[in-house]
Amino acid sequence: MSDIYLDNNATTKVDPLVVDAMLPFFTEQFGNPSSIHKFADGVAKALKKARQQVQELIGAEHDSEIIFTSCGTESDSTAILSAIKAQPNKKEIITTTVEHPAILSLCEYLEKEGYTIHRLPVDRCGRLNLDAYQKMLSDQVAIVSVMWANNETGTIFPVVEMAEMAHAAGVMFHTDAVQAVGKIPMMLQDTKIDMLSISGHKLHAPKGIGVLYLRRGTRFRPLLRGGHQERGRRAGTENTASIVGLGKACELALEYMEYENIQVKAMRDRLERGIVEQIPHCFITGDLNNRLPNTTDIAFEYIEGEAILMLLNKAGIAASSGSACTSGSLEPSHVMRAMDIPYTAAHGTIRFSFSRYNTMHEVEEVLKVMPGIVATLRKLSPYWDGNGPVANPEQAFQPTYA
Amino acid sequence: MWDYSEKVKDHFFNPKNAGAVAGANAIGEVGSISCGDALRLTLKVNEATGVIEDAGFQTFGCGSAIASSSVLTEIIKGMTLDDALKVSNQDIANELDGLPPEKMHCSVMGREALQAAVANYRGEEWQDDHEEGALICKCFAIDAVMIEEMVWANKLRTVEDVTNFTKAGGGCAACHEDIEGILERVLKERGETFDPNAAPIEAVVMEKKPLTNLQRIKKIEEVLESLRPQLMADGGDVELVEVVDNTAYVNMTGACSGCQMAAMTIAGIQQRLMEVLGEFIRVIPASQMHKVAVAAGG
Repeated sequence: MSDIYLDNNATTKVDPLVVDAMLPFFTEQFGNPSSIHKFADGVAKALKKARQQVQELIGAEHDSEIIFTSCGTESDSTAILSAIKAQPNKKEIITTTVEHPAILSLCEYLEKEGYTIHRLPVDRCGRLNLDAYQKMLSDQVAIVSVMWANNETGTIFPVVEMAEMAHAAGVMFHTDAVQAVGKIPMMLQDTKIDMLSISGHKLHAPKGIGVLYLRRGTRFRPLLRGGHQERGRRAGTENTASIVGLGKACELALEYMEYENIQVKAMRDRLERGIVEQIPHCFITGDLNNRLPNTTDIAFEYIEGEAILMLLNKAGIAASSGSACTSGSLEPSHVMRAMDIPYTAAHGTIRFSFSRYNTMHEVEEVLKVMPGIVATLRKLSPYWDGNGPVANPEQAFQPTYA
Repeated sequence: MWDYSEKVKDHFFNPKNAGAVAGANAIGEVGSISCGDALRLTLKVNEATGVIEDAGFQTFGCGSAIASSSVLTEIIKGMTLDDALKVSNQDIANELDGLPPEKMHCSVMGREALQAAVANYRGEEWQDDHEEGALICKCFAIDAVMIEEMVWANKLRTVEDVTNFTKAGGGCAACHEDIEGILERVLKERGETFDPNAAPIEAVVMEKKPLTNLQRIKKIEEVLESLRPQLMADGGDVELVEVVDNTAYVNMTGACSGCQMAAMTIAGIQQRLMEVLGEFIRVIPASQMHKVAVAAGG
């Protein structure tokens, strides 16, 4: 059996058609798109085509609203720093407790610089309270940044509605959509979203390429100043091959959108149903009714995620975990903590994230090994006794803090 | 994935002595469920000979936590309790052919479970003297709590000071922003302002003839002996565990162990040692020894 890759929210395999599209731009059409000679001839045209392919996938009104960047993180930083530089008198930012570190770390840094950061909490299912959000909106807020879909649980936030609310209050709205683009249909021209971040490697383009969607008319201050590339909004010679690759990947994502939402979702559903039916004391985290079609995040109680991953890896299966140990930090994932998942479960969360390359056969293979892996580790757990958790696990085992 | 040694993997995939020992008469439970690592160690001790006849572990934790627990049980089986207490976390890590710096705490947890189990057997109360914070310096495995204590205790002002006293930041330097963050916070609490350009604390001028390690150890013992009456008056004591170059590792025992003032006391000892020895001496709780040992090895 060949290895099974179920970590597509971390990164994806580059589609072979994307690689084919990119190759000529390394060795034949390697010219600088700004140059006037035949080595650069096709490059400017190829960039324009890629811009339109991205535009089509996200339903932007103009192709000039697409700014190519180096990654999702750069797009996020550009968006937030632009908003505060363009509106120096506004000293507040609204975000959520479950954003990606690309947003949270930047906000923590800005907090030290004197900004007030409002972090919207989530409930146990990972959902936001829009009344609380409404109360935070004011003319003091420079920007709202809320992810479209959560990378760990796949939970989708109502960003279209939240952008309307921000717009009504005269506040800019940014969404980190790196997990959502290509997995759920979007038509940005019908929304009030001002800025949106895309990361190429999450949708079968290579790493090192991203996009910031910038609605026409949104006040903007570049992060990188220099040459006239990207209409002066992101200086630096274009990563031409990767831009072409991202364009192709967007075209393919649009083609596979239905497949993603029917077949990929069916694999995800089969896996999580199978696991929950076969394995006691595990549960799916996040908003079950409102999730990305490819993601499931399952908490296996009384055992630890890194140990599960090591056994999965031995069985040739790649997934990821929200446990502290996989990140080298002392706390389990901030997303699990924000949802108030108990520690005995939060450390045992495993995220399986699918792509169009997975098969139902692979799902069955995972279902064959998963119960054994969980049972093996539970045998070692001080919270487990024979066939079930010990009575009152939190009381039965109370280690001294060490 | 972590770069685990083959031995770590072997103990994880094929753990030895998993589960609780039947008829155990020594139980140690340590760890922190919030940090995702907790261990229950059960021992069967021969009451006549004091020999550990059987050992078992139950661990909630990552691969290296399970491997550390497993190897610990292998090491101590057949040992007397007194010999077992001499097993350090570094011994556990060595037996596993090393652990990544972020995972050294797993070996510390093993040693502490052992101490807790022995205390349990002897009817004593085991107190944890070890607090762990977020890992700041990955080169030398120094955490935020250690840095903060040293900044407080020694009135450190600059990143260079922190590096001199703890080694943190002395490697790749990527953590200097985090160290500055700690300095900013502590100095603010102290009513001072962090100045990145401040001069570092002057190293005590070295004598012309540096001490040999033997001379140094003897002198350190003398100083500790002279301070002992004071400590014992407060119901505590200090024990010299190891001297490596100009670093002295000490155990604070009795009332000093876990005392809020332990860090202050250690700073006082360090000050006195530097005065008497006429050279720079660093005093570090022995519980931190593994971290510096990692540095020496790496």
